[in-house]
Formats: sequence, C-alpha cells, structure tokens
Amino acid sequence: MIGFYAVVAKPNLVKKLVGLSLFQAAVFLLYITMGKVEGAMAPIFMAGIEDRLYSSPLPQVLILTAIVVGISTTALGLGIVIRIKEEYGTIEEHEIHEIDHP
Amino acid sequence: MVSLFSIFILTLLLITALAIVQSRNLFVAVMLSGIFSLLIAAIFFLLDAADVALTEAAVGAGISTVLFLGALALTAEREQEPPTNRPVALVVVVMTALVLIYGTLGTPRLGDPNAPVQTHVSPWYLEQTPHYIDIPNVVTAVLGSYRGYDTLGEVFVVLTAGIGVLFLLGKPSPRGSRGPESSAEDAGLRHYLIPRLVGRLLIPFILLFGLYVQFHGEYSPGGGFQAGAIIAAAIILYALLEGEARALLVLPRWLLTGMIAGGALLYGGVGVVCLLLGGNFLDYSVLMSDPVAGQQIGLLLIEAGVGITVTGVLLSVFHAFAARGEY
Repeated sequence: MIGFYAVVAKPNLVKKLVGLSLFQAAVFLLYITMGKVEGAMAPIFMAGIEDRLYSSPLPQVLILTAIVVGISTTALGLGIVIRIKEEYGTIEEHEIHEIDHP
Repeated sequence: MVSLFSIFILTLLLITALAIVQSRNLFVAVMLSGIFSLLIAAIFFLLDAADVALTEAAVGAGISTVLFLGALALTAEREQEPPTNRPVALVVVVMTALVLIYGTLGTPRLGDPNAPVQTHVSPWYLEQTPHYIDIPNVVTAVLGSYRGYDTLGEVFVVLTAGIGVLFLLGKPSPRGSRGPESSAEDAGLRHYLIPRLVGRLLIPFILLFGLYVQFHGEYSPGGGFQAGAIIAAAIILYALLEGEARALLVLPRWLLTGMIAGGALLYGGVGVVCLLLGGNFLDYSVLMSDPVAGQQIGLLLIEAGVGITVTGVLLSVFHAFAARGEY
C-alpha cells in the first residue's frame, strides 16, 4: 500500500519506480504466505527424510517468475526514465506535463 | 520464537517502506529499497520459500539496487517538492487498503494444512515428482518441467527487456560520447586499494558460487535466474573496481548480445528437439532412452539457457547505463 501511494502521489519518476518495486514485493509476500504449512519444511526432498509435511511449491514457482519479470520491467522503466531526462531535462511529472502542454 | 522474529522483521519492513517514500534524497531511497529487498528475502526464507528468498536477495537487493543507482547517476539525486499536495491519492490508497484487508478476512488461517492451496494440486506434484523427474528440488522441477512453457515465456520477457533497453540506450548520448582518450588510469576505483584487493579476492568466489547455484539448482535452492543474477553481479563488481573498459574486454558487447539471444535459443531449441524426437514441445522424456534421465538432461539444458540469457541481459543493461555517463 505504501508502494502504491508512492506510485500515485510522488511526482518524481524514479521514486515511482521504487514504489512500484515495493508494491510488487508486498504482493509476492501475500502469495508466499498462502503457501506455507505450519510445521512443514521447504519443498526440497532430503535424502533419508521420509513422510514430512512440505509447504506448497506452486506459489513459489509463480513468484519466482514474477520477481524476474518485475526486475525486467524495472530495468526497462529505468531506461525510459533516462531517455526522458535527456529529452526533457527533468524527471518531475508536473514539469514534464508543463513542457508538453504549455 | 520464529513468529516473534517474523513480527520484528515485518515491523522493520514497514519502517523502511515509510522511510523510502518520505525521503527526498533518492540515493537514500534506493539504498533503503535494497535493505527492504533483503528483509523480504529473510521473511521468504522463514516462510519455507528458499528458492524465492535466494532470487529476491540476488535480484532485488543486488541487481535492482545497481540499476537504480546507475539511473540515478544519469538523472537527478534529489526529489523536488510536489507543487500541490494530493489528498486524493492518500484517500484512494486508504480505501484500497481497506478493501484488500476486508478481502483477506476470508482466507484460511496461516499455515493451515487443509487450506485449498495445499489440497488440490500441490500433493500431486509433491508425490509424483520422484516418479517422473526424480530431483529433490520440487520448485525447480515444477518451474522447469511441469511449467516449462511458462518459464520459456519468462525467458522471452527478460530477452525483450534487454532488447528494449538496448534500443533505448544503444546509441551514444546526444551530449557526445566520451572521448577515446579518457584515461584508463582513472577508470573505476583503481586508486582505492582496499576495494580492489577485496574485490579481486571475492570475484572468483562469487563466480564459482554462481556456477554452483546454476548447476546445483536441482538439488538445493538455485537455478538459472539466481545464477544469472549472481554471475552478472560478479562482472558488475569487476566493472566498478577496474573500470567499464576492462569489463568489456572480459565480456565484449558482441558476446553479451550473443548470450542474450543464445540462451533463449538454447531453451527453445531443446523444445524443438523434443518435437523432432517424437514427443510434445518441451517434453524432455524423449531426450534419452530413460524418460527420467531425459527429464533431468532437459532441465539441465534449459536452466543453462536461462542463466545465459539472464547474465547477458543484466550485463547489457548495466553497460548501456554506464556508457551514457559523463565520466
């Protein structure tokens, strides 16, 4: 939620991206907590240990993919921010708006 | 005891998040977001998600911080005061938070073994993996084999992001690129003795660890994405210490571009080979005479493809950012 506020309310573009990654991390946390089983262990079989409870591997797979996709979008977003800075001279949203709509 | 520790870390997370949003100095915000990622990785570990914790730590706390700092060096370091306060934003956020909290009231108790998540498909994966694939790390098995097609899409996403950044930042900056006579003596941190020494000691071990994570990903937390991030981090460390020019000698740009495409090609190629051998796309069982061995070979190859692409993309993005700089 705090990340959501940063994305919506802060005019600086880099701060928005940081807030976005906060937001994403919080959503990942939500998913992983759903997969946990009390008293269980991570879903990796160890030699010689039979009949243990395991936490579900499926949310973890989903979140692994999501983390990598998140870093990809962040990298691309930062590339766009750098180009915006070169073209407009500023990365504050209101100033960019003024340059575009004088 | 564990839950007390979790509550402590969650409180730290909350404080860090508030500090990130409040701080005007973007450098501080980025460093704090690195700390935030590390804390989240710790909580993932406490929640039995070892693979996810490793990925979050390597990618979030490591690579993401470096990329943000690179972007900050090219843009601004401080954030400006917003011209108008926006109470609407706060209202929207609070309303969304209330709706979400209301939504979570219906979820099962944390850790309940009879929750719907645990009872439908998960037990099937946990029981059948030793039979079909026979590797200890079930997460890698699901990621690479049962859901291998999704992971192929993920590799393509990483590839696209790399290509996108290269399109955006490939040409030299309009301010004029650095002259070729920028002295190599001043590059990097060559004048600082301690970082150079420690870095030279650490980089081989970081690379070794990255390779270990890559190939041991079927037995312990690990796999292609984490390994790619760790190896890229080692090369980035070398570039920071010895200057970008020498890092480009180690892995020149044409090699990085080749890696970006080659890794995805390897992954898709394994799938096509499976087709040619008579199975379905990405059905590794047909790769060898014993279907279980075929699955393991297939996993090894596609994880290698993933690692190569991720390393290539992260390093290309880093070099694209670094080449834009004025120094």
